[in-house]
Amino acid sequence: MNDKKQTQSPLVGLPSRKAYGKVIVELGHQYDNIVALSADLAGSVNLAEFSKVFPDRFINVGVAEQDLMGVSAGLTLAGKIPYASTYAVFSALRSAEQVRTDIGYNGLPVRIVSTHSGITFGVAGATHQALEDLSFFRTIPGMAVFSPADAVETAAILRKTVNLDGPVYIRLSRVAEKTVYTQEFDYQIGQPDLLVPGEDVLLIATGIEVGESLDAVELLKEKGVNAGLLNISTIKPLNTQAVIDILKNYKTLMTVEQHNIVNGLGSAIAEIIAEANLNLKFHRHGIMDIFTTSGPYQDLLSYYKLDPAGIRDTLLQVLDS
Amino acid sequence: MESKIKELSHIAALINQDILTTGRDCAVGVHIGGNLTLSQIMAVLFFEVAHLDPKNPDWKDRDRIILSKGHGNVALSSAMARKGFFPLEELDKFDTFNSMLSMHIDKHRMPGVEISSGSLGHGLSIAVGAALGAKIDQADWQTYCIISDGEMEEGSVWEALMCGANYHLDNLTVILDRDMFTIEGHTEETMMLEPLADKLEAFNWFVLTVDGHNIKELLDAFNQKSPDNKPKFIIANTIKGRGVASVEGKASSHFFKISREDAKKALEALKSADMEA
Repeated sequence: MNDKKQTQSPLVGLPSRKAYGKVIVELGHQYDNIVALSADLAGSVNLAEFSKVFPDRFINVGVAEQDLMGVSAGLTLAGKIPYASTYAVFSALRSAEQVRTDIGYNGLPVRIVSTHSGITFGVAGATHQALEDLSFFRTIPGMAVFSPADAVETAAILRKTVNLDGPVYIRLSRVAEKTVYTQEFDYQIGQPDLLVPGEDVLLIATGIEVGESLDAVELLKEKGVNAGLLNISTIKPLNTQAVIDILKNYKTLMTVEQHNIVNGLGSAIAEIIAEANLNLKFHRHGIMDIFTTSGPYQDLLSYYKLDPAGIRDTLLQVLDS
Repeated sequence: MESKIKELSHIAALINQDILTTGRDCAVGVHIGGNLTLSQIMAVLFFEVAHLDPKNPDWKDRDRIILSKGHGNVALSSAMARKGFFPLEELDKFDTFNSMLSMHIDKHRMPGVEISSGSLGHGLSIAVGAALGAKIDQADWQTYCIISDGEMEEGSVWEALMCGANYHLDNLTVILDRDMFTIEGHTEETMMLEPLADKLEAFNWFVLTVDGHNIKELLDAFNQKSPDNKPKFIIANTIKGRGVASVEGKASSHFFKISREDAKKALEALKSADMEA
């Protein structure tokens, strides 16, 4: 479905947040009305380069996330396209009402690009892990919500959404995602991407879990299961008919996300299945409605069964149940 | 100057009259107390200070007016209607189903307004953002933000105050409607704000304190240039429910429907005061 170019992207292998840092500079050269803001986390969210190249178009509001979103809303009154970045947990929760009322209700073209989503800031623990952000952002009317799989898809989404009329949320990680896309492409908003067709069984993943699921597909083959993999990187507005057309070819589905299973990708797919009356075996896999513990990222990934082996084992249990 | 003050006083009286009649004719009630505080501020801002073009509301170089206390929308609606942004008759439908004008501002329904507001403590950050945008463009237009004293209890306001001073936004003027009341009572009894001017000066704002019902004092404050590129903060001392004898200066003026009798008395007093002026 994608208009792929021939050469490998130089972004391959970078964490999505570092791809953001590069692409926002590229977009800054193209659009002189782009401004970028952070709440004292320019280094972490990778806006440091933008702040050096465009010092007059970079604003640090200090440790003040409500102000971050309010100021971003105000900048649109001056014709700016603000990119507001902090950790996902803060943009979703600390500044929730500014996002909902100032940006969402007013329908302003603010781009909220959040990093450190899911459990990717493992050692920081539950205070800094973001397991509710998709839930919050998908309930805001008019908010376009994206959860890219890797650096290349992040770049494609950033380029595609720069001119959207309304608000945008883009969910990025702290650590490097496994590579899913190697060549740059023209992103199609709302379209699911069937990466592996498989047979009967389909994993549906978003964000950093797409790469983990891609490896799980290989592990499942060793167990005799030919699972497919669907990447849902537009959480909203999702082309539900396109999703239905894919889902109806399978008997068992499992969603995989680094998010609370409540009201994230799994819930979005459950809504589609229920409303389309699809008769399927269905399981939501993710953080199972608990507050997480802290530790090195790979240890957490394994503990919460969100690594390839954990995804494999969870799916095998679903198939056995 | 005298004729200008007289003209603006007359406009303030008309805004006042609109608030009273809307408060009398509405279905349930309006925020009478915190709208009657705004008549002179709106008259000075919309009819003298701010550069606006009602025929071209999206004019790039217009001044931006942010009413952070969105419940002051009766006064704002009156000022904007009388300025020519939309017909005055829209006020007759205030707060009816899907009306252009409602308790809190909805910019999708209200032409020419900059931003929807109503939740307290949001407008100042938005105003800071607008002023920063003008600074980035080295544009001359100004940003004005009207806030309530109840809003000053929101932490987000103090985030914005720090930000405005940090970025030396001398193109930003805040007008505080200091009527001394929140819903629950006197601010110094519910949540102490004083010494407010000292606090704001310590936050590196240029602070002026005026009688918010005195046209000349308001004009002088707007016209005064800030030193050292500081953003300007005008503490406008006002009287909640001013002109409605039964509730003037009381927390009970916050939200209600004015009786026909009270409205008649207030309108008569207003008319004679306006004629004397």
